[in-house]
Amino acid sequence: MNMQIQIRYFASLRESLGAGETLTLDTPLTVGQLRDQLIARGEPHAGALARGRALRAALNQTMCAETAELTPGAEVAFFPPVTGG
Amino acid sequence: MLSSSPLPSPRLSSVSIQTEDFDLSAEVAALRSGDAGVGAIATFVGTVRDRHAGQPDAGSISAMELEHYPGMTERSIEAMIDDAFRRFDIRGVRVIHRVGPLQIADQIVLVAVTSMHRGESFHACEFLMDYLKSEAPFWKKETTTDGARWVDARVSDDAALTRWGIVSGNAAGA
Repeated sequence: MNMQIQIRYFASLRESLGAGETLTLDTPLTVGQLRDQLIARGEPHAGALARGRALRAALNQTMCAETAELTPGAEVAFFPPVTGG
Repeated sequence: MLSSSPLPSPRLSSVSIQTEDFDLSAEVAALRSGDAGVGAIATFVGTVRDRHAGQPDAGSISAMELEHYPGMTERSIEAMIDDAFRRFDIRGVRVIHRVGPLQIADQIVLVAVTSMHRGESFHACEFLMDYLKSEAPFWKKETTTDGARWVDARVSDDAALTRWGIVSGNAAGA
């Protein structure tokens, strides 16, 4: 089963990795598993998304935990802690 | 026998994410306009300062750039306002947050709340700012004397949310 998802990056991650990409997955993944797969590509993803770096994620434009499961057509975003206001 | 039930309070709210500046007086006038039940208006305006809390040298920051996540930002603030209407007896909310390049002393954010009595609007205004600081997707990049840098999230901002019973792990990246 193939499913397409969209990845978006913001702030310092956008500077390192670009605005995002469209990806086709052949197995269902959680947000955290997707992060691990991106890290496994090597640099620049490995450094930007490294475990131990404080990052947050959103699934379909709602803050999510890394246990959240990706669904076909999902929009997943990774970004640093927010600093507005 | 006739009985009358109280009229429901109005529930006015609007959110704007914009590059342009805003006029506090005009925003307050619009928010209270047509609602004779308003007896209290609380407003908060956040501005760009020229120094850090930890390094209180005047002039260490010379400019700021704000990035956001279009779509998610608006939706998340609207959800926060819905929560404020559930928690507090308030009548109207206006939120404006600027994005893009900003200069020292520029206005960044407005939260304005109306209610019948002052306590509810004071509390709701602070609740919304605490919530926005830790959960709305904005990122600040400062230009400092040492170059440009992304602002770090503060654990104290997460702590401010816990007094409302909301757990945020923003600064830790949760």
